[in-house]
Amino acid sequence: MTGWIAYYSILRKDMRSYYLKPPNISWGLIFPLAWTLMFFVRSETDVDVRTLLPGVMALSILFGTTSMLAVTVTFEKRGRSFERLLLAPISLELLMWAKTSGAVFFGAVNAFVPVVLAAFLADLSGVIWWQLVLAVILVAVSSAFLGLLIAVCVKEVFEAQTFSNFFRFPMVFLCGLFFPIDQLPGLLQPLAYLLPLTYGADLLHEAVQSSGRFPVAVNLAALVTFCVLLFWVSLHRIRQSWIG
Amino acid sequence: MGDTMDAAIAAKRLTKYFHDVCAVDEVSFEVRDGEVFGFLGPNGAGKTTTINILTGLARPTSGSLCILGQEVTGNIKRAQHWMGIVPDESNLYPELDGRENLCFCASLYGMRWREREARARELLEQFGLTAVARRHFGAYSKGMKRKLTIAAGIIHRPRILFLDEPTTGIDVASAREIRRLLAELNQAGTTIFLTTHYIEEAERLCHRIAFLVDGRLVRVDTLGNLVRAVQDKHTVELSASGGLGEMRSLLRDAFPNEHFEEISDTRVLVRTDHPLPLAPLIRLLEQHGIQVTEARVIRPSLEDVFVQITGLELARMKNESSRS
Repeated sequence: MTGWIAYYSILRKDMRSYYLKPPNISWGLIFPLAWTLMFFVRSETDVDVRTLLPGVMALSILFGTTSMLAVTVTFEKRGRSFERLLLAPISLELLMWAKTSGAVFFGAVNAFVPVVLAAFLADLSGVIWWQLVLAVILVAVSSAFLGLLIAVCVKEVFEAQTFSNFFRFPMVFLCGLFFPIDQLPGLLQPLAYLLPLTYGADLLHEAVQSSGRFPVAVNLAALVTFCVLLFWVSLHRIRQSWIG
Repeated sequence: MGDTMDAAIAAKRLTKYFHDVCAVDEVSFEVRDGEVFGFLGPNGAGKTTTINILTGLARPTSGSLCILGQEVTGNIKRAQHWMGIVPDESNLYPELDGRENLCFCASLYGMRWREREARARELLEQFGLTAVARRHFGAYSKGMKRKLTIAAGIIHRPRILFLDEPTTGIDVASAREIRRLLAELNQAGTTIFLTTHYIEEAERLCHRIAFLVDGRLVRVDTLGNLVRAVQDKHTVELSASGGLGEMRSLLRDAFPNEHFEEISDTRVLVRTDHPLPLAPLIRLLEQHGIQVTEARVIRPSLEDVFVQITGLELARMKNESSRS
């Protein structure tokens, strides 16, 4: 019970201190909206909203989770308030899950902003909702853990931001959201399969348009594997360098 | 060493290397239940590294650690519930107010809402912070920040409180108040492990003191035993109307067994191994037209003990105190 009281408190504090601040709420709303409009403006023909939806959702989650988590953890580490959490009688696994839960929640809520917008512009009756929700959660968790890994590899907040972009932008273009993987140059194609977002995007395509490239089970297994791996590496890194 | 089962903390040959640098070198000591144990040494002596090992922020390269009779080497989480930790920097959350910070810290130890609210109120009252309970921590003065950080360290009623340099960088009045609060906590039964480089702080608060120099523990003893070692040293400070500098060689010739240390042209320290008869000394000075205005006996202090035991220059400690 001690652990869960601490978990809830950490999550609640992070939501209040970081995620539910007006600039972040507006970021969460404006960012997906801007991406959607960008694709509409860029297209000279009528755009199928359902074609755009998986990409916009994935971007909203990826940018929402990684940027916030990498910065907040680095910020607390710099201010040494993170030490307070490391000294609490709760397991490191639960502590880091509490720290990432806020980002997962924030990313998942961000993902549904474009869904609400799309509902006014297109018929979403063909969407497989359970798959969509599962995809959003898994993309949010894997992106949050990627943000955590970035946070535990850097010392300064600006490094966290720079390092996040180093991962995010190549991932956006390689994961098959906007360019099909088989149309990528041969050298880049294997790289695409090493990215968690490739499987998340595929799961989103399957849920929205039934146009997934891999079987759902493969996507789910790949995403779960990435989540476990990223979390494990992050914890290992914390144990090595923060509790050295 | 006594029975480790009775000790609040029993550290045995704790060693910590950072790459090739040995920060803590085979340090062994015991802290008795209910005592204030001072860990004294200059900056860089290994005090913070030791406290980090004891609390779980660092892993020892070798050695073992028992907390309240339980072997916790490699699994410090088991003991963290009994520990309160006050780091050398006030590290609460600047965006939360005083009450929220305390409640948040209480929740990390599994305290339920009603219990943590009541405890936060009690501590804010005890530490004189009720009036600023709703003010953001970031807007607190240094002294208030320190007090709230100590309050956060004891919010869950720990049996052992670790304090790393609790009064460094704060004003004299706040430091005095913090010492009073720590003494009260100890009287209420909390074992206190205190690291400091302020010798006078250790002298006022601690029952036993350990001297740490360059990662090595050079002496652990009670204040009484430590001071007894220098009690046969006598120091007298003489103040005069002036010209003491010119009298130095004359004084040395007349009193060859005494050591004269000039502080200024009007003040001189006389150090001896026996009680010093002042009348001949004053008479000699007066014969040479120097009026002695004051003669003050200086009692041996922990500073003298520290210098004698560690061989460290007092100036080094003082410089580091003022730097911090």
